[in-house]
This record gives sequence, C-alpha cells and structure tokens, in this order.
Amino acid sequence: METATAKNTIWPDVEKIRNEFPILQQSINGNPLVYLDNGATTQKPVQVIRAMQEYYTGYNSNVHRGVHTLSQKATSAYEAARHQVAAFIGAHHHEVVFTKGTTDAINLVAAGFRKEFLHEGDEVIISGMEHHSNIVPWQLACEEKKAHLKVIPVTDNGELDMNAYASMLGPRVKIVSVTWISNTLGTINPVKDIINMAHAAGIPVLLDAAQAIAHTPIKVHELNVDFLALSSHKVYGPTGIGILYGKESWLQKLPPYQGGGDMIKHVTFEKTTYAEPPLKFEAGTPAICEAIGFGAAVAYVTQLGIHKIQAYEHQLTEYAIAQLKTIPELRLIGEAKHRAGAISFLVGQHHPSDVGVLLDQQGIAVRTGHHCTQPLMDRFECPGTVRASLALYNTTADIDRLVEGVRKAVTLLG
Amino acid sequence: MTIKEQQDNIIADFEVFGDWMEKYEYIIQLGKDLPLIDPKYKTDDNLIRGCQSKVWLHAEMQGDKLVFTADSDAVITKGLVGLVIQVLSHQTPKDIANADIYFIDAIGLTSHLSPTRSNGLLSMLKQIKLYAIGYQAKSIQQN
Repeated sequence: METATAKNTIWPDVEKIRNEFPILQQSINGNPLVYLDNGATTQKPVQVIRAMQEYYTGYNSNVHRGVHTLSQKATSAYEAARHQVAAFIGAHHHEVVFTKGTTDAINLVAAGFRKEFLHEGDEVIISGMEHHSNIVPWQLACEEKKAHLKVIPVTDNGELDMNAYASMLGPRVKIVSVTWISNTLGTINPVKDIINMAHAAGIPVLLDAAQAIAHTPIKVHELNVDFLALSSHKVYGPTGIGILYGKESWLQKLPPYQGGGDMIKHVTFEKTTYAEPPLKFEAGTPAICEAIGFGAAVAYVTQLGIHKIQAYEHQLTEYAIAQLKTIPELRLIGEAKHRAGAISFLVGQHHPSDVGVLLDQQGIAVRTGHHCTQPLMDRFECPGTVRASLALYNTTADIDRLVEGVRKAVTLLG
Repeated sequence: MTIKEQQDNIIADFEVFGDWMEKYEYIIQLGKDLPLIDPKYKTDDNLIRGCQSKVWLHAEMQGDKLVFTADSDAVITKGLVGLVIQVLSHQTPKDIANADIYFIDAIGLTSHLSPTRSNGLLSMLKQIKLYAIGYQAKSIQQN
C-alpha cells in the first residue's frame, strides 16, 4: 500500500478530476463503473464536451472560405486547435496535419512513400509489436512496389531486439515505422535510439504515438523524428480526428494524399498546383468540431501537467502489476523494463473473452482479444489477452476492484 | 419440440436463477459438459471468426431435419452455443429460416449477441439461418 500512499502526494485530488468526466459517474450491471479500457479510447472531460457544444450552438460554420463572422470564428478556433496540438508536441503549427486519426496519418505517409520513394527491392522496417494500422499500410506499399517488409523481433519479455534492429539498417531501407508504446504489451520503446540509429544510416523514422500521447511528454523537435502519428481520442479528445506531424522538408516532398477542397493553390483542367503544407494534405471539409475538441483536450492535459500524469500513472501501473501478481494463476504478457500502463495478462488456461465477460458483469471494462496485434499474439502463442489500460482518472480502488473481479472470474470459471 | 417451445423451456430454466453469477455458472457448466462437435469438423471451413473467440459450426441434414454441431475455444461462448444448438438443431430448414430468436434477450444475455466484432455468436446465428435457407432452396429445387 506504500504505492497507493505515495500516489496521493502526486495526485491528491483525483476525485475532483474524476468528477470532470461525467461518464464515470454511472453503474454498469449494477456496479459502479471501473473503466480500464483507455488503450482503446479515453473518456472525455466536461471541458472537451463544452468546447464542442459551444461550436455547434454558437458558431458552427465552415472554415477557410467564408467572409462572414461565424466562418471567421470557426476558422480561428480550428487553427487555434492546430497551434494547441503543435505546442503540445513541440512542433511548429505548419508541421501539423489534421487527419482522421493515427491510422489515416500512417496511411498518408505510406501512400506518399509508395508513390515517390519506394522502389523494387527496397525495404521498410516495422516491429513485431505493431498495431495492424502500422503493418497493413506498409504491406500494401511493399506488395505494390515489390519491396520487402522487415520486422524487428520482440524478445520474450516484450522488448525490441535492438541488436537485430541495428543489423537490419542498410542502404535499401527507405523508412523505419515503429510504435512508441505498445498498445498490447505496454512496452515503451527506446525511440531516441531507434531514431538516432536510423538517421545515422540516412533513414527517416515514423513513430506511432497513439499510445504515447496521453502518457508521456512528446517533443518532436528534440526527438528529431521525421513523422509522428496520433489520435485525439486516445488523449481525452473526440474520435475521428488525429494528426500527422511531419518535418517541414518531408511535408514539402510528400505528394498529396487526396484531392479537393483546401489542398489546392490553383486548378485548371490542365494542371493543379497545391497549397503549402499542412493544407496540402487536408482535402475536403475537415472535422472542425472535433479539431476544436482536440484542442480543448490537449489544453486540459497541459493544465494538469503531462509530467505529473506520467508520474501518477507510473505509480498506478506499479501498484496494478504488484496486485495482479498476487493472483497465482495470472501470467503477464509483456514485462519490459520500461513500460506504460497497458497491462496484458492471461489467467490460467481461461480464454480472455470468458474473463472479460465476467469482469463486465462486475462493472469492470477491460479489453480482451488480440488488440489488433495478431502477429504479436502469434509471437506469444496465445489467442488474445485481457488488457487493463490506465488513465489519469484511474485510482488504486479501481485496481483493487479489477483484482477482486479477476479472482471472482477465476472462481466461476473453475 | 418446436423452436418456440425450446426457447420457452430455456427461459423458464433461467427464471430460477437469482443473480448473474448463477446464470453464468450454469452457462459455464453447460460449456464444460457438452462435447459439441466431432473433431474432424473443426476445420477452417467451419470456423466463424470473431475478434474474441472462435466458433466452429457444422450442419448436416438427417431426414428432413437440419442437425447442427458446434464448438468454441471460450467456455462461456461454448455454453451459449450449446443453448443455440438446443433450440435450432433437429428442426426443418424452413422452421429455422423463419425462426424468431428471442430467448437470449429474455434470459438477460443480450450483450453476448451485440452486433460488434467482439464475438462470433451473432455470426453463428446468421450462419445457421444461411444454412437453413440454403438447404430449403435445395429441397425446393429437388422437389
């Protein structure tokens, strides 16, 4: 219980924070909700909900094209959100492209590389712990261009084999695209080393920061990363929007992803010239309200302090792992030295789906299944896992409920 | 026994349970007790893939009745599959194709059939109906 006590010195008013998330104040199947599926999506504070409501009730209008007051107000709010998100990750605002989310952002880069930079016999490096969103776009690109997809192996404790990675770098590699934090294992990858090693070989790097954005400070310029993809809904913002960060030089070089709307400079039937980045990549009417909500979400996290959140979640993760390990039949999948609060486990021979169903009956929301990382499940020879993933509003009481719930599930399953 | 009678029997069985734990204990036991499928039918062709658990389903005509056997790698799913089979197996393709399945709602386990990618039960019910429609069409052609 030392950890729980220490937690209170970092985050003394967690109940006040919980009260800012209306959805948490409910019962599921007759029990107060314990929400531990934050790796899938996070809940939204009133600050985000209010910002989105204000847009629709006060100044709903299209952006970048109206001279009237509402349109100007909407444009200002939309671009302010871009500045907020850029500041949150230490980027210039013109390096931040609004996308539909992480998957869309990765597809944007993969499509650009497929068109301009990838040729027969080239190589793309990903890792064995990637989400399908960072596998399939590169597979499609490699299949089309007859290039090779190379996969960094994952060790038994769920870390990347960095020696293998070093040996894979070479002149045929056109890009390295890896996750910062594994959504399944919770592993925090040594991204600084990954980037430095790739750059030493003249290779750009894309980081999938979907699972990092809410849990760790991100400074893209300090990292010197070339591309970074993330989703708003993983950081207390709305779904359907995310960003691609790209170094200005790369955004200039990448071809447009889609055509239409604000991505043009001038169109004739003979030839179209394109707007400067980031608008070059934002075809059509964007998700305006969602962008404004996203801006409110990063403002909320900024106000709380991402370093403080990180420290709190670290202690909560340690507490959770220690408590889960008191269940004799429980086996953790992924025990990396540096890890975040996505905790995967199996209990005895029980199918994760059975455990998840019985936890749900007790009002405890966890994720079960392969977490869209099927190759990783094959690597650990399991059909899926139970995953509890933490956020800033979780408490040691939530963890205690989880542990008690797993014990009850084990008793029922026999 | 008709499909409706089978469902009403199951609903009556579940009414005696006091809380969700007893319901699930019963389903888990059902899942453990029922070897539902001949291993030779646990093929990829018979596999209904869900994100969460696997379900194998085999169908064959015996006389004018369609007989189903099934299995799952998750015991709760297997128990539920057992209930579905109890209701729909050994019925005519026409009756199966036209059946109104209401017992899962009535016993309070609707969440297992939510139309999400999270389980294969909805897919299994759909597959059973498709088999029935297929056999029904074949029988009309033969007549």
